[in-house]
Amino acid sequence: MFSILRTIWYVFLHAFQKRITVQYPEQKPYLAPRYRGRIVLSRDPDGGERCVACNLCAVACPVGCIALQATEDENGRRYPEFFRINFSRCIFCGYCEEACPTYAIQLTPDFEMGEFHRKNLVYEKKDLLIDGPGKHPGYNFWRIAGVQIGGKRKGEAAHEAPPVDVRSLLP
Amino acid sequence: MTSPYPLLSILGIVIGALTIAASLIYVERRLLALWQDRYGPNRTGPFGLLQVVADAIKIFMKEDWVAPFADKPVFILAPAVIFVTVLMSFAVLPVAPGIIVSDLNIGLLFFLAMSSLGVYSVVLAGWSSDNKYALLGGMRAAAQMLSYEVFMGLSLMGVVILAGSFSLPAIVEAQRHMWFVIPQFPGFVLFLIAGLAETRRIPFDLPEAESELVAGYHSEYSGMKFGMFFVGEYMGITLISGMISVLFFGGWLGPVLPGLVWFLIKTFFFISLFILLRAALPRPRFDQLMSWGWKVMLPLALVNVLLAGAAVLLWR
Repeated sequence: MFSILRTIWYVFLHAFQKRITVQYPEQKPYLAPRYRGRIVLSRDPDGGERCVACNLCAVACPVGCIALQATEDENGRRYPEFFRINFSRCIFCGYCEEACPTYAIQLTPDFEMGEFHRKNLVYEKKDLLIDGPGKHPGYNFWRIAGVQIGGKRKGEAAHEAPPVDVRSLLP
Repeated sequence: MTSPYPLLSILGIVIGALTIAASLIYVERRLLALWQDRYGPNRTGPFGLLQVVADAIKIFMKEDWVAPFADKPVFILAPAVIFVTVLMSFAVLPVAPGIIVSDLNIGLLFFLAMSSLGVYSVVLAGWSSDNKYALLGGMRAAAQMLSYEVFMGLSLMGVVILAGSFSLPAIVEAQRHMWFVIPQFPGFVLFLIAGLAETRRIPFDLPEAESELVAGYHSEYSGMKFGMFFVGEYMGITLISGMISVLFFGGWLGPVLPGLVWFLIKTFFFISLFILLRAALPRPRFDQLMSWGWKVMLPLALVNVLLAGAAVLLWR
């Protein structure tokens, strides 16, 4: 009996407590830096596309919402001819980001992507590409990888030893 | 004591009761939110006041579906019964001096009779839905309301003994020197609990019990028929709150402010109390409900009547 009255009193006291509701459009909620929201494609520090069109993200995607086509530019750099994410399918699991070997695909703390028409949720490469390097500012895949491209021969990448001349006898 | 403009007061009471019942949709949601550290509806219009309009539009636009297996005439009639019986009870509710639809000399009995008739609505709704959950809800409603009605009537007899009348305006006038809540505190508590059970509000919402019985007796209802049950419930809250303020808290009596304002203040206080109870209390088990009703409340009500009668006989 007493506990019932006490319950009523305590519930009444809640009238004077702070509201926990976030008044959303006026008051934005705090989103952690690693929040998994809208997917972007980032660029190298020197402005080139990071994506090498390896298709790992498309394979890792559990709902199969990523589609891309690989191609090569005149320097031998692989890049996606088109890159398409269907956000009406995407579940924002972040597996694509985990799978990406070049830090190209990244999830961002932004979720405000509502649309009235489903087809507007299909993002093309121009919608996905951002100008900066995203979460990994200094990283440049083509400067680290041992792959030879135009303007960078074998052995010229960072921390890479010069190639061994297999035909020479010198140590 | 009849009103100088009877039609006007009839219109005023009907419109007032309906308006309060409709606004309770908003008030309840805001108050529940207040006690749950939320805001509640605050987007539609100023302070979310247009939420009532939005809800009304929504419920009118809904498909008014009658289940093919239902007992059609009874199914359609049941929501009207609850509405009519509650609205009839408002006829004897004295809002302010002279503002009453009909000053019956047995007003209190009329109120009790009408609230008893309200049970039919719930039972018939549960029966005609031809649905096991609805039937279970209807059965619970019948058992609950029958057992709580008994001591609801008895809890008011103390007031009647003190006032010496069944007429509600006379009962209010008898409280000029002291509100009946002081000598009749047990009666007040019993009536509050019985009133909660009669309106099937949350500590006693076993007929509805959405966590057990889908939605109980109104599982099969949709659209405005469902809305009628809700308006009936809200009007029931308003009615019971008004009754508590009339019977125990001196109705329109109070200093400075006009009678109507006092009545509304007291009524809204008890409406808020009802909503607070909803926010605070869990639903009891059905057997607990029945055993409280018959083993605790009924004997208490009888003792209360006995003591009130004895006191009046001794000191008058």
